[in-house]
Amino acid sequence: MTTDNQLDLSLIETLSNLSGVSGAESAVRERVMKEIKPFADEIQVDPLGNLLVACRGEDSGPRMKVMVAAHMDEVGFMLTAEDDDGCYRFAKVGGISDKYLTGKSVWVGKEQVPGVIGLPPIHLTEKKDRKKIVPLKKLRIDVGAGSADRVQVGDRAVFATPFKRVGDSLIGKAFDDRLGVAILIELIKRAPRHIDLLAAFTVQEEIGLRGARVAAYKLNPECSIVLDTTPARDFPVWEEGVENAFYNTRLGKGAAVYTADSGTISDPRLVQYLLRVGEEEGLSFQFRQPGGGRTDAAAIHRQRGGIPSVSISVPTRYLHSPVSLVRLEDYQATLNFVETALKHISPDILSPMGA
Amino acid sequence: MKSLLKSLVEIPAPPGHEKELRDYVREEVETMADEIRVDSMGNLIVRKGEVGEGGKRIMIVSHLDEIGLIATHIDKRGFIRFTNMGGVYPSYLLGGRVRFLDGTRGVIDVEGTGKRKKVPGLDKMYIDIGAENENQCSIKIGDVAVFDRPWLDLGKRVVSKALDDRVGVAVMVQTLREVHQSQKRTPHESWFVFSNQEEVGLRGAGPAAYQLEPDIGLAIDVTRTGDTPQGAKMDVCLGDGPAIKIRDKGMLSHPEVVDWMIDVAQKHKISYQREVLERGTTDAASIQLTRGGVPSGCLSIPCRYVHSPSEMVDWDDVQQAAILLEKLLFEPFLGS
Repeated sequence: MTTDNQLDLSLIETLSNLSGVSGAESAVRERVMKEIKPFADEIQVDPLGNLLVACRGEDSGPRMKVMVAAHMDEVGFMLTAEDDDGCYRFAKVGGISDKYLTGKSVWVGKEQVPGVIGLPPIHLTEKKDRKKIVPLKKLRIDVGAGSADRVQVGDRAVFATPFKRVGDSLIGKAFDDRLGVAILIELIKRAPRHIDLLAAFTVQEEIGLRGARVAAYKLNPECSIVLDTTPARDFPVWEEGVENAFYNTRLGKGAAVYTADSGTISDPRLVQYLLRVGEEEGLSFQFRQPGGGRTDAAAIHRQRGGIPSVSISVPTRYLHSPVSLVRLEDYQATLNFVETALKHISPDILSPMGA
Repeated sequence: MKSLLKSLVEIPAPPGHEKELRDYVREEVETMADEIRVDSMGNLIVRKGEVGEGGKRIMIVSHLDEIGLIATHIDKRGFIRFTNMGGVYPSYLLGGRVRFLDGTRGVIDVEGTGKRKKVPGLDKMYIDIGAENENQCSIKIGDVAVFDRPWLDLGKRVVSKALDDRVGVAVMVQTLREVHQSQKRTPHESWFVFSNQEEVGLRGAGPAAYQLEPDIGLAIDVTRTGDTPQGAKMDVCLGDGPAIKIRDKGMLSHPEVVDWMIDVAQKHKISYQREVLERGTTDAASIQLTRGGVPSGCLSIPCRYVHSPSEMVDWDDVQQAAILLEKLLFEPFLGS
């Protein structure tokens, strides 16, 4: 169990505040590199930009090769054309609803130049237009004429939401998947010694699981665990008197274990193993509701001749928006759950499918 | 082969939960196999023969899984919410019955009381297994179910759930039997693969092809027909013979594979249909893109009402498909 909250939070804070839109993950990668360097046996950055880290075990003889992946990239924007006066047209990178765009502050480029996505004020709009979602093509990222020489077409932008802690919750922009990245860093720092931990900090997950696919080919593990975030649509009441049957996960209920999402049917042996460890060790975990959404596991489990895979997520409210919210206890529970699962993992949990 | 097919459709095997069916098929084919194994995805892989003079390594695949439902939530009164595994049409569910893997049966209905003009989404539906409340409900989140509908033999035509793709599985088992009983050597090394998780996105066949590195990939699966009232504009009909796929939404068959299939059908006077399917695809699409690419095709069995609880095939088509597959395995592949 993690006890030093302060240390954890500064790592999460740093990671959450960095800009790392799909395809431009270098700031995140450099930061991760700095954290894990003293603890890693092998480090490489592959041609797509995945950071691949091996922590070799100490046991002699064959050691189980376990891949654990978390993606470094986040959803965001890319400047596509310059108008005048520091106003830029832009495209979305990854899944963001147009509903979230208007009236937001953003950070543009590596230097995180401040900008805004604005709209005309209410008294200059017609009543019939006020309920409509303004389409992306009518919006601009405005960095102000004075900043125009500090940004250029092709730069990425992210929602400008600084990390903060509010009581037992954390609020920030890129928890998807910097929380997974933070957990993976912690796992490397106390890697189990009986296995080869093959950590993959992947790129371009949000635009189609592109990094994980080649990372899994390269690492060629015996099984994989993917760390991510997953929505918690767990408002106490959606509609008066109607039971919420579509919460996906719930805050405060611990690590979210996947049985099936739209990209992967979790390997049943891994699910059984996680269930057993969770129950025997009295860990805080929940099953994510089967349904839509996908993780890097969807690319990994079909790689080469098939790689048994499962995903474990931190339940998170308001994903792919300017503001995500998680419970600190769920982050810690997820870290603890995965750490415990790795501590006891052994090749015999992957008994042949036919047996 | 009919009794085999009946046994196959009655074993539930939603995606990712093919074990019971896999064990059954394994028992059917074990004594005829030159080599047999189950891979890490759960594909059952069977080798028959080896590469002889001018022969190829041919991977033949049919999928074990059928579309299904998966429980997402049990409410306080014991009603089960669910979502789909694979292409489930909401319109086929209402008033229907399903069976979970533990044997629990239930009926499907929908929220509300009004008359329905539109088909509601799955998020409005629930399964009622007759539980009195949440605690009485034996089903847990993640448990899976399939259509519960009895086999119907109409003589020339048969009707069942899961003919997609148990009819392909039956054709492959039958072909393996014929090859085995003939005691003749095929020029080719045939890898019979009974794949997993086809209905959720062709997930099993690709990894199997990666392991086997075949020269040719061939799927045995159902295809749609255009012979129902105001049906699809498609030339495939029930009863006109197995279909040789030219293309579907996910694959352009390799022309040399198509030519091989047509030449062999003509040589042995097997009636066949040329298939262009505008919806759907098969495991062959994922074999084709494995490693450096695999020339692939598909032998299709025409099927009405695909993905319904009452899929229909013509028995002559099924038998002819098995004969064509057997002939293919004995004929040289003249492509490059």
